Amino acid sequence: MADMKNAVAAPGQGGFDVGAALKESGKAAFVAGLLGLPLLALKADNFGSKLGLVYRWDALFIAIAAVFVGRFLMILLSGRQKKSEGGVFAAFGKGIHNNMALIGLAGLAIGVLLPVVYPDRYVIYIATTFMIYVMLGWGLNIVVGLAGLLDLGYVAFYAVGAYSYAMIATQFGWSFWVVLPLAGVFAAFFGVILGFPVLRLRGDYLAIVTLGFGEIIRVILINWTDFTGGPNGISGIPPITFFGLPFKNGDHGTFASFFGIDHSPVQRIIFLYFVILVLATLTNLFTQRMRKLPVGRAWEALREDEIACRSLGINPTNIKLSAFALGAMFGGFAGSFFSVRAGFVSPESFTFIESAVILAIVVLGGMGSQLGVVIAAFFVVILPEVFREFEEYRMLLFGLAMMVIMVWRPNGLLSFREPTIRLHPKKESA
Amino acid sequence: MLQVQGVHTFYGQIEALKGVDVTVNEGEIVTLIGSNGAGKTTLLMTVCGSPRAAKGKIIFEGEDITRLPTHELVTRGIAQSPEGRRVFPRMTIYENLQMGALRSDPRYFNDDLEMSFAMFPRLKERKDQRAGTLSGGEQQMLAIARALMARPRLLLLDEPSLGLAPLVVRGIFDAIKTINREKKMTVFLVEQNAFHALKLAHRGYVMVNGKITLAGSGAELLANPEIRAAYLEGGH
Repeated sequence: MADMKNAVAAPGQGGFDVGAALKESGKAAFVAGLLGLPLLALKADNFGSKLGLVYRWDALFIAIAAVFVGRFLMILLSGRQKKSEGGVFAAFGKGIHNNMALIGLAGLAIGVLLPVVYPDRYVIYIATTFMIYVMLGWGLNIVVGLAGLLDLGYVAFYAVGAYSYAMIATQFGWSFWVVLPLAGVFAAFFGVILGFPVLRLRGDYLAIVTLGFGEIIRVILINWTDFTGGPNGISGIPPITFFGLPFKNGDHGTFASFFGIDHSPVQRIIFLYFVILVLATLTNLFTQRMRKLPVGRAWEALREDEIACRSLGINPTNIKLSAFALGAMFGGFAGSFFSVRAGFVSPESFTFIESAVILAIVVLGGMGSQLGVVIAAFFVVILPEVFREFEEYRMLLFGLAMMVIMVWRPNGLLSFREPTIRLHPKKESA
Repeated sequence: MLQVQGVHTFYGQIEALKGVDVTVNEGEIVTLIGSNGAGKTTLLMTVCGSPRAAKGKIIFEGEDITRLPTHELVTRGIAQSPEGRRVFPRMTIYENLQMGALRSDPRYFNDDLEMSFAMFPRLKERKDQRAGTLSGGEQQMLAIARALMARPRLLLLDEPSLGLAPLVVRGIFDAIKTINREKKMTVFLVEQNAFHALKLAHRGYVMVNGKITLAGSGAELLANPEIRAAYLEGGH
């Protein structure tokens, strides 16, 4: 709520003048009060058959206090920003970059420990969704963040992966672990198919064609009823097994009986969570490794300057296709995970808005930043969940949060590009 | 080493090069001067294969390279520092140099790197700095060093003096001279800064409206009254 009111309030002067800062905060709080009176303090509610007013002065008071404190902190922070070059956010960013490996390990540790500490169905469910988006964000990051190819149809590869598993598992009964690599290969193949026609395109034009490609895949899924089940989708997709051991009740040949424990539905959910955690981690490690290899460096060089790349002997065709193929491959992995988790796929899950959300994660995080993707995915996936109690306001708040990020950090949360190599690791020179 | 024979190049309907003949012999610095829009950069780009020559032939070390894609020239031994420097701004100097060495034998990388740093000590001081934060002169140094990392036998330079202060231009031209003399590298230099280019070059060509109008040694061209009137007087 504080964010919203801060965005409404007039920009401050900055500096350390406490009096002026208090005055400015007071103004902001006044505006918050004005706005909050009709929005928060008065609520129309049903009393039996009649409509009446409910007064919520406490909510208004909290909002005003939050705006006052928030505005004051903002002035304080922006005042400091003028002193140190780049401001506290940049300093914070630099701190993050100096300890990247540590933060990564800590994040992984939190990820691994989460189901141990919080074996709650709902929490694990949300965490799994979060990890899917992190993985998709990392996959798209190869195409958009590293190679600089704006792809608005990434969801197509997600769909290819999802339908690969759904169709193969229901038709031939193959296990998830066999289909997973196949789904990646299929998606990569579609990545190359998309790659060829768009080789010559750049920027806006590329975005339009990829957008069209995403829609083509979706429309095919809807209309090719014999093959894909059309708008009804495919249901009854076999659930995941513990490398062959199903998660169900039974005395023989199940996960629970094999390990001599009682069956519980949560076991499958936790196992799914670990699968996506491993898949996402692999995506990340793969990308980190690629960046240090000639191909990965060529992706980044291509994003910077295609003509210079040609003059240095880089064949842009191969580089672009490899970026599309590998990005798509991870989308395909995530897709087949999606379908094994949900047990049901339909074209509705693969609309343009999905592509937009994944792209938003990459852009908000700062193009090319791996950690940025995680933070942005947190904003995009977890925040709407947290705001669930705000009901109809939640999308509004979500939109505002995105706007605030873009105002404060126009290049994304972590826009600083980490060099792939340093000759003197500890000396900061940039 | 490099022969351009009767090359015509078109941009759509417009004929930018109207039958150009240029020869660069091994070990030479050859410069191509001319005013804005004469077709100098077009000739260099045509040698690199984009745009392609509509007529004529480009021969490098006895092989016809007219139809070769741009990115294959590096493996043949031609490196190019394109117009406007075109360093990778978000990558560090070190990474830029790595990109230059992408197609050369990794065994030579450290030696080549040391050589580049010895030639341009400024780059060494700033090797972990992002190329976009360098000054124009430093970016030009980086562009040349990056091209050299490919271990070429022929170096193509397009207007290395573009937008640089006179003192910096002198530094860059001294470096080109050193590269030619000490590394025995052949250099084909396209320049608007006729005075400096002709002083540096063994031979020069003058291009007007897509045609070579004059050719000769650097000193001859410098002394030529037409050249003096058109490109030198009043300027430098």
